[in-house]
Amino acid sequence: MPEITRDEVAHLANLARIDLSDAELDHLAPQLSVILESVASISGVAGDDVPPTSHALPLTNVFREDVVVPGLTPEQALSGAPEVEEQRFSVPRILGEEA
Amino acid sequence: MSDTLIAFDDVLASYDPAMGLEVHVELNTLTKMFCGCPTEFGAAPNTQVCPTCLGLPGAMPVVNRKAVESAIRIGLALNCDIAEWCRFARKNYFYPDMPKNFQTSQYDEPICFDGYMDVDVDGETFRVEIERAHMEEDTGKSLHVGGATGRIHGADHSLVDYNRAGIPLIEIVTKPILGTGAKAPEVARAYVAQLRDLIVALDVSDARMDQGSIRADVNLSLSPKGSGVLGTRTETKNVNSLRSVERAVRYEMSRHAAVLGSGQKILQETRHWHEDTGVTTSGREKSDAEDYRYFPEPDLVPVAPSREWVEELRGTLPENPTARRARLQAEWGFSDLEMRDTVGAGALNVIEQTIAAGTSPQAARKWWLGELARRANEQGLLVDALPVTPADVARVQALVDEGSLNDKLARQVFDGLFAGEGTPDEVVAARGLAIVSDEGALSTAVDNAIAANPDVADKIRDGKVAAAGALIGAVMKEMRGQADAGRVRELILEKLQ
Repeated sequence: MPEITRDEVAHLANLARIDLSDAELDHLAPQLSVILESVASISGVAGDDVPPTSHALPLTNVFREDVVVPGLTPEQALSGAPEVEEQRFSVPRILGEEA
Repeated sequence: MSDTLIAFDDVLASYDPAMGLEVHVELNTLTKMFCGCPTEFGAAPNTQVCPTCLGLPGAMPVVNRKAVESAIRIGLALNCDIAEWCRFARKNYFYPDMPKNFQTSQYDEPICFDGYMDVDVDGETFRVEIERAHMEEDTGKSLHVGGATGRIHGADHSLVDYNRAGIPLIEIVTKPILGTGAKAPEVARAYVAQLRDLIVALDVSDARMDQGSIRADVNLSLSPKGSGVLGTRTETKNVNSLRSVERAVRYEMSRHAAVLGSGQKILQETRHWHEDTGVTTSGREKSDAEDYRYFPEPDLVPVAPSREWVEELRGTLPENPTARRARLQAEWGFSDLEMRDTVGAGALNVIEQTIAAGTSPQAARKWWLGELARRANEQGLLVDALPVTPADVARVQALVDEGSLNDKLARQVFDGLFAGEGTPDEVVAARGLAIVSDEGALSTAVDNAIAANPDVADKIRDGKVAAAGALIGAVMKEMRGQADAGRVRELILEKLQ
């Protein structure tokens, strides 16, 4: 039975930059366990002759030729940026206080 | 704060080094790995971007066929197996240079695996085994504002340009390189140098380490001599020249030995190489950052290169650079030193083409490694990027051989070629550079020189033939260099003896 612990949920939330309160962890960890169990029930249906898959489509080798396609103007590219400086995306300091 | 180091010889008395090298090669495709944005170096910020490489919602990646071909060709040249089926994976991490918050890479299914390259150091061959070569994408470029000289430490904020984000990279990873002992630093350097030559021969990358199109990470650990137990490793990043690869290995060996010798443990960490001071400093410790939660990329279907395709690509492989070099050295009769200088100057191809155009090997070498290498240096270019072609050099040398030019005039022809004045023959005509074979004019110039230098003339009359040099100089000056010095000498001696 797959089960995900409260600590694992806290760890994953931290990696995903999701700030969860204790109450939310208490609430969400059991729910995620239920979801994992539900998904795992698929393995009960698939026989040994059905390999695990990552894609719904039976396709391989979908390629594009190496030809330039016009993209966005810098104005368009930066239109959603909270801060812009020197035609670049301005982001807050990268290293934290410890650096 | 500087590290304690142990003398290199003392390191070897107690420890065996183990190395691992990770080399990132930026491909020279016209477009990015997963979108049609151009990849040109040096464009204005954020002018080569689209919804896909900016990670905007709903954008869908599609793989660049040329990048896959280049990956397979690199793998084949490194004697790798090519996967019959492999997938891309998402490597999840948060860092502003990766706008999607994940890098599309390959995880446990690299397209190339289990290869090797034989590396020569001073006549000794070391086999470097290749673990894998996989496809991924480059990140954006950050400019750090505030704090000291653009460094990330102490910066107020950072400015990001995503032109580079999504450019195809091939990461080539070795297995642990063991048994190199005192030669570890040189083996590391020779491996990267030979790999670069291979990449150049394959024409899959600009292969400019100074522009970051080839970047090396150096993993190093020490084990107590003879124990065979691998020690804790450090990963040194930002090693962007061949010389730095060698120095970084040497430095980390000395630093590890000092730490271990004092009874402390090596911290498994990323270290940064500083080209200017020749030291490494601690970067981030590996902890949560290592937990990348890889999973198969759902937006890209698997890559399954048919065996026919792989064999077709194998047919496009160039001659192995090491073998080619040995063949050319024998054909040209170059000494080891001459050959090393030729390769070091990046002049192998242009010299080969000049010789093919009819010039003798030594004359081709003389121009490309002398006059032209000097001019290339001045302009910060490689010789093959000069405005002078092998055909031009061959023509200039042909004019020298037939007596129409001497070396000094030939250099003036190159001046003209650099100034864009046309072909060698056009430059000679326009600048009036051909050697004057008009005996009358020469004879007059010789008479003038004798009259202006009676003391020298007397010495020659007395049999001191060596004094003729001064008169030859005077004649050449009057002829503005456009005379055959040998013929001038003959005339002087005829008149005075």
